[in-house]
Amino acid sequence: MTRPLSAPLDVGFDYTRSLGPTLGRFLSDLRRRRVTGIRGSDGRVHVPPLEYDPVTAERLSEFVEVAATGVVRGWSWTPEPLEGQPLDRPFAWALIQLDGADTSLLHAVDAGSPEGISTGARVRARWRGDRVGAITDIECFEISDAPADPPAEADDVTMVTTPVNLHYTHSASPTEDPFLRGLMEGRLIAQRCPECEKVYFPPRPACPTDGVPTTDQVDLADRGTITTFCVVNVPFLGQRIPPPYVSAYVLLDGADIPFLHLLLGVAPEDVRMGMRVEAVWKPREEWGPTMQNIDHFKPSGEPDAPFDSYSQHL
Amino acid sequence: MRPAAVVGTGQTHHAAKRLDVSMAGLCREAVDRAMADAGVDWPDIDAVVLGKAPDLFEGVMMPELFLADALGAVGKPLLRVHTAGSVGGSTGNVAASLVQSGVHDRVLAVAFEKQSESNAMWALSVPTPFTMPVHAGAGGYFAPHVRSYIRRAGAPEHVGAMVAAKDRRNGAKNPYAHLKQPDITVESVRASTMLWDPIRYDETCPSSDGACAVVISSEPTSGRAAWIRATAMRTEPTTFAGRDQVNPQAGRDAASALWKQAGITDPLSQVDAAEIYVPFSWFEPMWLENLGFTDVGQGWKLTEAGQTEIGGLLPVNPSGGVLSSNPIGASGLLRFAEAAMQVMGTAGEHQVDGARVALGHAYGGGSQFFAMWVVGSEKP
Amino acid sequence: MRDIAVVGFAQTPCVRETDGTTNGVEMLVPIFHEVLGGLGLTKADIGFWCSGSSDYLAGRAFSFVSAVDAIGAFPPIAESHVEMDAAWALYEAWVKLLCGEVDTALVYGFGKSSAGQLRRVLAMQLDPYLVTPLWPDTLGLAGIQARMGIEAGLWDERSMAAVAARSRAAALSNPLAQLSGTVSADELLDLPYVAEPLRRHDCAPITDGAATIVLAAGDRARELCERPAWITGFEHRTDSPSFGTRDLTTSPSAVAAGKAAGADGVEVAELHAPFTHQEILLRQALGLGDDVGVNPSGGVLAGNPMFSAGLARIGEAARRVHDGTASKVLGHATSGPLLQQNLVCVMEGRE
Repeated sequence: MTRPLSAPLDVGFDYTRSLGPTLGRFLSDLRRRRVTGIRGSDGRVHVPPLEYDPVTAERLSEFVEVAATGVVRGWSWTPEPLEGQPLDRPFAWALIQLDGADTSLLHAVDAGSPEGISTGARVRARWRGDRVGAITDIECFEISDAPADPPAEADDVTMVTTPVNLHYTHSASPTEDPFLRGLMEGRLIAQRCPECEKVYFPPRPACPTDGVPTTDQVDLADRGTITTFCVVNVPFLGQRIPPPYVSAYVLLDGADIPFLHLLLGVAPEDVRMGMRVEAVWKPREEWGPTMQNIDHFKPSGEPDAPFDSYSQHL
Repeated sequence: MRPAAVVGTGQTHHAAKRLDVSMAGLCREAVDRAMADAGVDWPDIDAVVLGKAPDLFEGVMMPELFLADALGAVGKPLLRVHTAGSVGGSTGNVAASLVQSGVHDRVLAVAFEKQSESNAMWALSVPTPFTMPVHAGAGGYFAPHVRSYIRRAGAPEHVGAMVAAKDRRNGAKNPYAHLKQPDITVESVRASTMLWDPIRYDETCPSSDGACAVVISSEPTSGRAAWIRATAMRTEPTTFAGRDQVNPQAGRDAASALWKQAGITDPLSQVDAAEIYVPFSWFEPMWLENLGFTDVGQGWKLTEAGQTEIGGLLPVNPSGGVLSSNPIGASGLLRFAEAAMQVMGTAGEHQVDGARVALGHAYGGGSQFFAMWVVGSEKP
Repeated sequence: MRDIAVVGFAQTPCVRETDGTTNGVEMLVPIFHEVLGGLGLTKADIGFWCSGSSDYLAGRAFSFVSAVDAIGAFPPIAESHVEMDAAWALYEAWVKLLCGEVDTALVYGFGKSSAGQLRRVLAMQLDPYLVTPLWPDTLGLAGIQARMGIEAGLWDERSMAAVAARSRAAALSNPLAQLSGTVSADELLDLPYVAEPLRRHDCAPITDGAATIVLAAGDRARELCERPAWITGFEHRTDSPSFGTRDLTTSPSAVAAGKAAGADGVEVAELHAPFTHQEILLRQALGLGDDVGVNPSGGVLAGNPMFSAGLARIGEAARRVHDGTASKVLGHATSGPLLQQNLVCVMEGRE
């Protein structure tokens, strides 16, 4: 048996995070090549500063400036850095207790090789040139017992942008697979539940009311009935047709569940519940494993279906 | 099952972008108010339940983990609930069950959403391979079902606008509401842009940053208490052959279990206020029917007669509801908290006089997840 | 309080990659069939359903919503979901049963870890302002913890390799395991580091899988199961996310959960320890002596299906009560980076 179709799925977004007073102070100071901690309820100086105390949950507010130099308290070696990590050559992750702090900060140490680093080693921050108010303003730490670069002037920040880019492989289900392969040939392949005998288009991994995989394939024609619809008058991100246009639930003849698709070729004000429609396919050379092979539906010219014939699908 | 009560509620000032706080700060604004309202301190809290809609909204996987210090959860049990749009309600119900079961005496329930960290439309429409992209935008999913309701119930077109005008006017009485529009009218709603016909601009919920918290206890801590008389949760598949999307069975089943548990036989006369999850105006009459306040097809008549206004037979969303503030993950817990505030008599300007029994209701986007509770001023 | 027991357990094979979707339906349908069929139940007999899964593992919002298709959830069901390992869904269901409204619950967890790059996905669990932007990966973080324990004299690379060797040998008797075999600690120590001081055998594999447990109360449990695994202690606790402020060589939350749940006297413990040194750490935190059989299934080092592995530990422990090989057992689950949350479920057989 061939494996179901799969394709890349990338999830990427630049999150915009407001910082509030504590994180805002810390990141504004990093921009100035300063490191600021905060005193906890037990007297410890936390770096990075904690917004709320881990013991009492009280909001913390007593800032304490610490050095940009410190001591490695624990480390591991990364032989092959991953996307987004601070260095693109082998490095150490380390918990670093900065001079003046009582707790440790996680960052990368550019130590060359595992032999170049040890617990207790002295390190200093290597500051980035173009600092924006982010933890990455510290490019990494380096093994050194020299002082770090002196502070510089910079404006406060109140926001930080944190890009997230994750990469997945999305697979179709074994029941969805024949449907997708059928689409590549211009066929509309539904599946029938062996228990309730309802015909699902598109097919599902399991019948949602019986919890069993669907088994029988059913070929459907490319015409059906509009059950309900809305007229889209609003522009939005990623829209491909200028509004107004109609987004409609289409119940294919022989299917037991409607799906959303576009309805064109008719003025929005003339669209009715019960209107009969047929598919308008894209040119064959544009077909792929997607319902977008059907460019849209258009009125077929048949008389409207009676309300009773689709009322149980609303 | 032993009795449990809401003894304190708190919420943030809701806004499109709360750029003055971090996520932790946002949660604590609600939590600190709830704990002050309840008159409790951190050692009094046995466990914490956090509710939030999809992690992609804030770009943090299981944010309860990084929020544990801010939630006072270190050394305590911490649960994270996620049941889609109904999550705020489920959070309240799970927290209630921790007390009702006898496992804990006092539990803090918190729900939040900081929509300004990203864009909900993006998070909900990451293009999944092989899946037809939704070419209709946010309201495009709901609008066809609203059309179905209007057709089936034979409802006049102005009812949706009446709901929107009422909820926004109520929101103007709520100091925490995102939208405050005291001068809105049915006419101005009807004159607003038609976005997803039949849904107009003024009939849609805003996108908000916000949080809500409640303290649930086995005994009153502050003198005031909203006793939890019943809770219910029901789920059905988002789509299936023959599904009734206008009046889903899961909502009807949840409501009938809820009324039975609360000993309520005639909800319309026995419930004094209802906080119902209405993100688009027409869902008020739809849920009035689904909840059994009216017969099928009759919900709009209650709205049209003005009976869902403050002062009517059944005030619905005296707080302004989701149409006035929508921090998605928190919206359900806000409904639950506002119901508790009504029976505790702490709702201020939007207080329903003499409210003794109130409903809190939440549902998930595809109308497939329902969570509800009934609270009362009398100990059961 | 009512007596509540684990009466049924089923899990999928632990595999590196499944063909199915990220919504788990293909993995869940057969194990629902197995667990319900084994108890002579149908979906209509279940009073409450609860699941655990993660949107970030699947790479899309609301991934759990489609999973209910596997149940056939119509007529509608009483149901809830946690964005955590399903061991916490089991806890929610246990609380629901304690309330007394229902007598049975089915709990499930699922995850297709192979869909994404797990080491990077889990960086999304860290502080989103100050830590995630550096993209620390799970192996890098666990390596720091392992080294701190080594340098504190709590364990060493040999004792870590011994955990891996014992785990793989134990998994020889587990037909669902992903990794099993006979290998000595010496052989393992000859292999290269992947995140010094960690070698590959120190890290749980990447696994797709799902698991399900049926709970029942009182007489219902006795009807359904000859030897129910009665839950006598069920506790979970949380540590601070700020791992620079805490002693990483122990786990206050595991210590507290174990103490509260009554871990003393267990004969078998299934520990959710994704790294070899974490098994040693957890044994110490839970006070498990040398006489306690740890991870007879092979544990998660032999197969680590994210979001169901913790639930499966409880199921594996309960199984030793069901089959009469033990009378008091412990199932443990963890969640979050570096053992931030820990859950302990103690179960006993009764004559």
